[in-house]
Amino acid sequence: MTVSSDVRRITDTMAAFIGHGAKNLPDDVLKALETLRSKEDDPLALEIYDLMFRNLKLARELDRPTCQDTGFLQFWIRCGSGFPFIADLEEALTQAVIEATASTPLRSNVVETFDENNTGNNTGTGAPTFWWDIVPGWDGCEIYTYMAGGGCSLPGHAMVLMPGQGYEAAVRFVLDRMTSYGLNACPPLFVGVGIGNSAETAALNAKKALMRPIGSHNENEKAAAMEKLLEDGINAIGFGPQGMGGRYSVTGVNVVSTARHPACMGIAVTVGCWSHRRGCIVFDRDLNYEVRTHSGFSAEYSSHDSGSDQSSSFGKAGAAND
Amino acid sequence: MIDKINGKTVITTPVSAEEIASLHVGDVFYLDGEMVTGRDSVHARVVTEGQQLPVDIKDKVIMHAGPIVRIHNDAGSSSAEGSAGSPSYEMISIGPTTSMRMENFEYEFLQETGARIIIGKGGMKDKTAAACRDLGAVHCVFPAGNAVIGAECVEEITNVHWLDLGMPEAVWCCRVRDFGPLIVTIDSEGRNYFEEKKVEYEQRKEEQIAEISKQVHFMK
Repeated sequence: MTVSSDVRRITDTMAAFIGHGAKNLPDDVLKALETLRSKEDDPLALEIYDLMFRNLKLARELDRPTCQDTGFLQFWIRCGSGFPFIADLEEALTQAVIEATASTPLRSNVVETFDENNTGNNTGTGAPTFWWDIVPGWDGCEIYTYMAGGGCSLPGHAMVLMPGQGYEAAVRFVLDRMTSYGLNACPPLFVGVGIGNSAETAALNAKKALMRPIGSHNENEKAAAMEKLLEDGINAIGFGPQGMGGRYSVTGVNVVSTARHPACMGIAVTVGCWSHRRGCIVFDRDLNYEVRTHSGFSAEYSSHDSGSDQSSSFGKAGAAND
Repeated sequence: MIDKINGKTVITTPVSAEEIASLHVGDVFYLDGEMVTGRDSVHARVVTEGQQLPVDIKDKVIMHAGPIVRIHNDAGSSSAEGSAGSPSYEMISIGPTTSMRMENFEYEFLQETGARIIIGKGGMKDKTAAACRDLGAVHCVFPAGNAVIGAECVEEITNVHWLDLGMPEAVWCCRVRDFGPLIVTIDSEGRNYFEEKKVEYEQRKEEQIAEISKQVHFMK
């Protein structure tokens, strides 16, 4: 197989995976929502949960995106230094976004800054987003996909606290954001908290926190304790599904931290909506892949054996997004 | 027109100020009739630039939404609006966007267009509440993220305007049936569900911050 047909295979698989992720929630998110619904007793909240699950079922049956805001595509790539296609990945993923936009279809959500025109294909200057981590000595590649919706991107916030304010200030920073912006961001929310040296390291840590499975815990005991305290605390605020009131407000809180300067504590929060559309797929050097997030994604969605005919396996493709 | 059908409230457009006055925060209803989408750019064009909305929505419905629409170009050109051989449109996915972004525009927007029902996501503030009170309108929430159910309630996209703004921002004119549930969040007396709930939320938030702060003395 030539390099170009291999790159085509990455593109096809990723286009199919992006489309699948727009139509199906990850296993951990579904499970978390089911748990919250089973523990809820507010009648309006229960009516909203019922609507959510009916919508997810209908999305599967009709093969459509669960939400009209299919987001701004972001990729966090943990790439082995020996992965043979490291140099081709950005181009392949960009092409996958263009193809998934037409085949899924995804809403065109990329607007060029200053020029203020919608590019129509979900790509543009710096779009999709790529964050890279290189894993020395590995020949595989782990790709996290995230569809960052407008509503749940709005609460995003980062700043640098003075260490004298302590972790107490970090708690206020997160909870203040929940009542000011979180209500409107389609709760139950999945909350990512990042702590680091500066505003941007904290912000990226917060995003990485959203990629970690719901129900996983930070390896540091104190950080894990803070995850639990924040989760219980935000639930106790009681804003519930859609912010209209309910017993539970979050599917989870994950904290990711890195070391900091003694004089600074960067803190950031970012949230995923109830329809937290993130995926994780791992390729080996031969492009065999394993999907970590969606048990329903199978080879029938990808054109593994076909280097060129990607349209046949996508179902209802169309020139939808002109 | 407002009907009660088997305990379910159904509003059919057009709807009058008197009929709107019978709705109160927390009420749930379903919509039949005409609804158009309009969000940031549409509100800015009407309010800031003074352009007239190309469709009459007096006594009808504005939804803060940017849908996914499949454009069928079989009949010809995709660019011409309303001309011979114009494309047809299929609603794939429609749900509300954050209404708060339209807060600064909404009073003038309702005054200009005469719309009586705003459908959106999350709360709006005092300016919109004043508009609902002064002009006889309501804001209501369609639980967001349920865009396939929303699309199934759209019987037909009857027209589109201002497509130059892009798919999410264009004015999509829809005929809807049984669109809902819609939960009234600002009524025509100016009561504001989210602002009332926020008082509770803020109080509980302060209690939680105090409680958690006792347990995070990690700084040395």
